[in-house]
Amino acid sequence: MRPPVSRRSVLPGFGLSLGFALAYLGLIILLPLAAAFVKTAGMTWADFWAAVTSPRVLASYRITFGASFLAALFNVPAGVVLAWVLVRYDFPGRRLVDALVDLPFALPTAVAGIALTAIYAKNGWFGQWLEPLGVKVAYTPLGVWVALTFIGLPFVVRTVQPVLEELEPELEEAAASLGATRAQTFRRVILPAIRPAIITGFALAFARAVGEYGSVVFISGNLPMFTEITPLLILTKLEQYDYRGATALAVVMLLGSFAMLLLIQLVQRSSTRRARA
Amino acid sequence: MAGNVSTLAHVAKHRQRRSLQDPQWLRVALIGLALLFVAIFLVVPLVAVFTEALRKGVGPYFAAVADPDARAAIRLTLLAAGIAVPLNLVFGLAASWAVAKFEFRGKALLIALIELPFAVSPVISGLVYVLLFGAQGWFGPYLGAGDHPWLGAWANAHDIQVIFAVPGIVLATVFVTFPFVARELIPLMQAQGKEEELAAITLGASGWQTFRRVTLPNVKWGLFYGVVLCNARAMGEFGAVSVVSGHIRGETNTIPLHVEILYNEFNIQAAFAVASLLTLLAFITLALKNLVEWRHRRTLEAAAAADIRQFVNSP
Amino acid sequence: MSIEARNITKHFGAYTALADVSLKVGSGRLTALLGPSGSGKTTLLRIIAGLEFPDVGGVPGAGRVLFHGEDVSDMPAGRRGVGFVFQHYALFKHMTVFDNIAFGLTVGPPVRRPARGVIQQRVNELLQLIQLDGLGARLPEQLSGGQRQRVALARALAVQPKVLLLDEPFGALDAQVRKDLRRWLRHLHEKLHVTTVFVTHDQEEALELADEVVVMNQARIEQVGDPQTVYDRPASPFVIEFLGNVNRLTAGTGRLQAPGGDVLYVRPHDVDIQRGQADGHAIRARVLHTFSAGNYGRVSLERADTGEHFEAEITRDRLHDLGLKQGDEVSVVFRHVRLFPRGQFAEADVRNGQLSETKPGYVPAHGAGENI
Repeated sequence: MRPPVSRRSVLPGFGLSLGFALAYLGLIILLPLAAAFVKTAGMTWADFWAAVTSPRVLASYRITFGASFLAALFNVPAGVVLAWVLVRYDFPGRRLVDALVDLPFALPTAVAGIALTAIYAKNGWFGQWLEPLGVKVAYTPLGVWVALTFIGLPFVVRTVQPVLEELEPELEEAAASLGATRAQTFRRVILPAIRPAIITGFALAFARAVGEYGSVVFISGNLPMFTEITPLLILTKLEQYDYRGATALAVVMLLGSFAMLLLIQLVQRSSTRRARA
Repeated sequence: MAGNVSTLAHVAKHRQRRSLQDPQWLRVALIGLALLFVAIFLVVPLVAVFTEALRKGVGPYFAAVADPDARAAIRLTLLAAGIAVPLNLVFGLAASWAVAKFEFRGKALLIALIELPFAVSPVISGLVYVLLFGAQGWFGPYLGAGDHPWLGAWANAHDIQVIFAVPGIVLATVFVTFPFVARELIPLMQAQGKEEELAAITLGASGWQTFRRVTLPNVKWGLFYGVVLCNARAMGEFGAVSVVSGHIRGETNTIPLHVEILYNEFNIQAAFAVASLLTLLAFITLALKNLVEWRHRRTLEAAAAADIRQFVNSP
Repeated sequence: MSIEARNITKHFGAYTALADVSLKVGSGRLTALLGPSGSGKTTLLRIIAGLEFPDVGGVPGAGRVLFHGEDVSDMPAGRRGVGFVFQHYALFKHMTVFDNIAFGLTVGPPVRRPARGVIQQRVNELLQLIQLDGLGARLPEQLSGGQRQRVALARALAVQPKVLLLDEPFGALDAQVRKDLRRWLRHLHEKLHVTTVFVTHDQEEALELADEVVVMNQARIEQVGDPQTVYDRPASPFVIEFLGNVNRLTAGTGRLQAPGGDVLYVRPHDVDIQRGQADGHAIRARVLHTFSAGNYGRVSLERADTGEHFEAEITRDRLHDLGLKQGDEVSVVFRHVRLFPRGQFAEADVRNGQLSETKPGYVPAHGAGENI
């Protein structure tokens, strides 16, 4: 039989630091989140189901998840091009562009919301040119997409950029010396290397977009069954003192987010495992 | 450290190697595309903020910013950030110390849980506090306007209220900014390992001396970075505080909420004037972020140079 | 200050780092813990320092560490009076060389800390000792590897440790720096006479530097002895294979009759080659390849009866005299061999750091040390 392994440690403060971290995490994050699930558990299944599948709610899922998906999808090629340009090319203003990419992280969402609305409204800088062409952006699903594209922009760039930087030039030189064209090298050597980063970036952008509120509410117009996103519907229900309805919707969204989080973890874990192998 | 240094070398390598250079037309096209994209999605909105803010000239701009309600909103935002950032800073230090310097079961789960607030919609972050502290919430009866026989009365007498009041705003801000410091410090401390701390301990330093004189100086830039990002989010948060705030002008309005009220009252110019303050905050945040990254890079390059010297003038 | 570790066992999860290891280190000695990676040598060193703790349980008195007879097992690392030099130096990156060396004198309870002037003087002495005077204001990143190594040593010496422990002290350095530092450390040890234990995987380093060598393998001690003993009288096949080049041949077949065992070890420099048919004790072999560098000539051979490959190291002159060509048939004579029974090398014999009691060196028909 093996003797018990010693639990002693040379560095002090383990109990204190972990204890504080766990207590703080529990009080600030886990207890409040648990409140949402407990609240929902008080509902009957039929009530819950009715609350999360009413036509207005279903329409809000469509616009929320649909626009988020399309925004994240658009951010994949845009993000890869930006990352590529920032890593591989030297051009005037490269440092500035690199810094600007983080703007959607740093700019408060309400500011982004009113700024985008001002640009794409009927008399806005872009709106005045687009509306005569029959393209309405503000107060339509397209506007929701614009806002979600804005806030999701940094994710793919920032996940792909470090992978491109780490990529050994020798790999591409080897491909070139074996007779591959630039396009073939990109498709068969570079793309496989950055694929996990692309998936992670896409998933992060999508998850962020689904929960987004501030940048969307101004440009969407919040028309029920048309441009009303789920987070806003939660707030609306709350303001009508429909706590249960709001919480039921919140639980659906939380479960969706947790699933996304899990997916991201799995993608990252499998890609690091492959990198190690 | 070696990894980062080679990264820098790679960047330079990628840009210099002739054989890997794309044809001129492709480079111009891709750079053009990237710049166009950045211009449409990032630059134009920024320009729009300041154009709209100054549409009526400098006078109305400053009038909007100096308005008593705006000043009250600024004070409340500073207060909320002033409480949330230090709290999350202490948490970040405690969590990263435990995670990076010790082995324990469930560590991966703890790291995942720390990132959890990022996956939660801001609206839900506010909602959960309403569920806890609202009139119908778990702790509602013990708070102001609550019907608990004596705690509610006590809270009433002392005007203790969480939701639709300042404490709710602070709590929601703490929630949404929770991970920022910890997620910067944990990978940094993990990468640094614990050899330096062990060296300090063998030399007779106490735990606190080790932390203050060895650990803290080693992570100070990462700490600063996390605090800058945490502060930006704390001051700019909109969705979560929108749920728990009573939207009372001059009392429970933060800067972003004040922007919303002005905007919804069609006071567009004033809304953008106040929004420009937040935009400046974003600029400062980006500048500090890049400063830290630049500082890091300089340290790394110095280390790389020392590595080269190692081969040149070995004793 | 003598060191004693009693029946130390240490697991990391399912992995066994140390299996009931006991060790005694004499006062003022310079001892090497020698072994391949994963043999447990670093873990043993860290347990002595108080940076790891042995598993609890086992026989009474097991898992204890004693300094000069005093049980220090429950004493925190900072109070054991140990100077520890880490493999990658673990210098404080943000402090100057001076502050690094002074660190141990500026921490701990205030009563322990010397006055500013004393610290200044002591650090300057140490800077002189490590031949880095004038570089006190540099940051570690501005030093070469060898210089960093010496700063780490000075930092450990500043607190006047009773025991000096070094983990792979020269592991990260290139060959020439290693040699210089090795000589310098030997010199330093003779000057200071602090009980010193260092970990290394380099047998040349251990043999050249240490008073005593502790050979470790797979969580156990294989042999303890002075360099000459472990090299000349290796207690186990592991020790003979780990310490220097050796040929491993099957005994008990053909002309290599062996009463004591069936695995035969012979160092290349104990192999002699003769032209033509030699006396009855020699074995036949075919020359595969010859090569000479410096004073020595190396010959690769294939044994005629079993087809095993082995090497001989003879003087360059002898190689020239023999005029060997590829494919030549020659006679081979072994001057000195070690013989072990196959597979059943007795573990009991080499545990707990005692010198092996295994059979003496191979005694063929004519006895050890003679030509076959």
